Amino acid sequence: MTKVDEAPKARLEKPAHPVPKEARTRPFIVEFYGSAIAKKWLMAITGIMLMGFVFAHMVGNLKVYLGADDLNHYGEWLREMGEPIFPRTVLLWIMRIGLIGAFAVHIVSAAQLTRMNRKARPDKYESPRDYAAANFASRTMRWTGVIVGLFVIFHLLDLTWGATGADWTRGEVYENLVASFQRVPVAIVYILANIALGIHLYHGGWSMFQSLGWNNRKFNDWRRLFAIGFAAIIVVGNVSIPLLVVTGVVD
Amino acid sequence: MKVTLTVWRQAGPAAQGRFETYELDEVSEDMSFLELFDVLNERLIAKGEEPVAFDHDCREGICGSCSMMIDGRPHGPELGTATCQLHMRKFADGAKITVEPWRAGAFPLVRDLVVDRSAFDRIVESGGYITAPTGSAPDGNLILIPKAVADSAMDAAACIGCGACVAACPNSAANLFTAAKVMHLNLLPQGQPERWERVTNMVDTMEQFFGSCTNHGECEAACPKEISIDFIALMNRDYIKAQFKQRRLASQRG
Ligand code: FES
Repeated sequence: MTKVDEAPKARLEKPAHPVPKEARTRPFIVEFYGSAIAKKWLMAITGIMLMGFVFAHMVGNLKVYLGADDLNHYGEWLREMGEPIFPRTVLLWIMRIGLIGAFAVHIVSAAQLTRMNRKARPDKYESPRDYAAANFASRTMRWTGVIVGLFVIFHLLDLTWGATGADWTRGEVYENLVASFQRVPVAIVYILANIALGIHLYHGGWSMFQSLGWNNRKFNDWRRLFAIGFAAIIVVGNVSIPLLVVTGVVD
Repeated sequence: MKVTLTVWRQAGPAAQGRFETYELDEVSEDMSFLELFDVLNERLIAKGEEPVAFDHDCREGICGSCSMMIDGRPHGPELGTATCQLHMRKFADGAKITVEPWRAGAFPLVRDLVVDRSAFDRIVESGGYITAPTGSAPDGNLILIPKAVADSAMDAAACIGCGACVAACPNSAANLFTAAKVMHLNLLPQGQPERWERVTNMVDTMEQFFGSCTNHGECEAACPKEISIDFIALMNRDYIKAQFKQRRLASQRG
């Protein structure tokens, strides 16, 4: 008979009485952020901010179909927004800083939670898993997130800084966009990145309700429909622009 | 019927594990999955081999001891049943079935299919109680509880603590277990005095051992008691509220 080894009990022994949160000395925000549930809550809040941005960005960009004047005028208005209380571009910068902050919190939390989750299963299953509920979108959030993040950098280089080699003039939004999207590989990058964004939104647009604790049987079915609808609108709206430019419908 | 079992064998926590394959014939389709293992073990003992160690107790789906990953699903392919309630008639004749233990850092393997789930006890110890006056039993129905509340608390209380939720979760998160234990009491009037302490302490304890929830929903599908991930959302809500709550105002309504 082989002898049963001692179970590694030490790993499971923790103080029986947790220190009440009130008695802890770390600052509130540090204590709060230390929790995974709070990180998910912050990811939901920042996710909503980023969804608001993505939606407004798409609505603004659809002005490409109204012609160069409309789109360029809208681009100029973004800089003037908030005048005269705010000097030119100041409100735009406040919004940009808010967005950068939201991005940072969303990404850092996701990275820390991913590390936590990897550590939580040091020995993987040896036989194949048969998933019953997890879907492609929920299983690939980390990858679609990374793709969208890298795409945002490319997109800024391309149309904000004019650094990807197409003809680019500051303020000529329409002309810059058309010149860039007429390059087939660039159009493909935009289309694929927006599909990745749609997949990310399909899970995120539902998952955020759970993370925020917005659960009510009266509207639970609507949460998935909202996520599908939102993702579909963003993908259709955003993909249409490079698609119609690269096929020559818009020039 | 005839089945081929591929079972994880491991002599102890530090030993090297491996899959071992066993052919079993004359299996009755009325056998439960655990009885299949009883038969296998009797044959192993008769041959002078080491029987397969596995957890079991009530064999009627109420104790939460049984714990097998069957063909990549905790408690096997049937919904809403524990391993002990899974019958061989659910499998085709000649089926090849792979069985492995729960895998999670917080559930260290003891032997073969047995894992140590005492991390769950640590979570319950940190808040799974109420303050009740001692003395003679209070009158029945002294505290009125709306039917919907009683039903929901009962749904949460159905948790048998088997750990299928952790086993199923790609992140080894225990949020469904903890949510069931927290919300069972947090929903009821008797649970209100410790409500904010409870959710904070139980979640914080949980996070010392387990991964974090990414809302896949695998736990709900694996749960032999079909406990809903609605409870996870309710726990999240209570946890966030608890962090912002002024505790000394906790008795005030609204
Ligand atoms: S043996 Fe008790 S639940 Fe399965």
